[in-house]
Amino acid sequence: MKELFDWLPNVQLAHFLIVSAILFSLGVYGIVTRKNAILVLMGVELVLNAANINLVAFARYTGMNLDGQVAAVFVIILAAAEAAIALAIVLNVYHRFQTVNVDEVSNLKE
Amino acid sequence: MELFDIGFYLFAVITLVSGCIVVFSRNIMYSAFSLLFTFFGVAGLYVLLYADFLAVTQILIYVGGILVLLLFGVMLTNKVVSVDIKTGTLQTIPAAVVAAVLAGSLSGVFYSTWGDVDPRPHAIEATTSALGEMLMTAYLLPFEIASVVLLVALIGAAMIARRRS
Repeated sequence: MKELFDWLPNVQLAHFLIVSAILFSLGVYGIVTRKNAILVLMGVELVLNAANINLVAFARYTGMNLDGQVAAVFVIILAAAEAAIALAIVLNVYHRFQTVNVDEVSNLKE
Repeated sequence: MELFDIGFYLFAVITLVSGCIVVFSRNIMYSAFSLLFTFFGVAGLYVLLYADFLAVTQILIYVGGILVLLLFGVMLTNKVVSVDIKTGTLQTIPAAVVAAVLAGSLSGVFYSTWGDVDPRPHAIEATTSALGEMLMTAYLLPFEIASVVLLVALIGAAMIARRRS
């Protein structure tokens, strides 16, 4: 079973960083292309998670020790606050415009 | 090839595949539920990086809090009965090019800069008490500010979302 995966290189810091880079790009793609505001928020969550992977990976592999994990804790706190506020705004937009598609919500004042 | 490597590749594949489904799926519910697997995959990566407290926090806050909030948003802003919950996309091709260039260049920079770093000798121990100590000593001011930010965000969200008569 283990010989099956022998062609894969041993995992180092760069592997975690590359996973987070791909996740970050996926999040940016979602933010840019999605019409639905909630899916844009999901893209933001992907970006924040990618940043967190970076912080924790550097905490493990370089001299940052636990400082990186503390920074990741603060990122999670801010992500929770951001999600709550953004959902409230999206609900308000829906009540006013009857849609959450960000390309249709284009006027500042009725 | 050790168990660590196999675990890393497993969680990386889970994270990235479900992340792709989040971004590319036409159905909002599929996106929301594959976001669940993305968060679990990231939590697995945290475990592999010896961040046990963060892994549990990730599952508690992201899966238990933020994802449920997003699902509430999906349910409240779509007429589930009348209209199908699908969504369109804008400018896919330029965005795909930009995202691919971003991923490629970031990966290239990471690989060339941090390609051969040996992991530091690291005693496997629980990080929770150490993290709590740091939050109460070196990071006391950010910690207090974060608590105020959370309170303000909570009150603000309740104020904004309240239906006015």
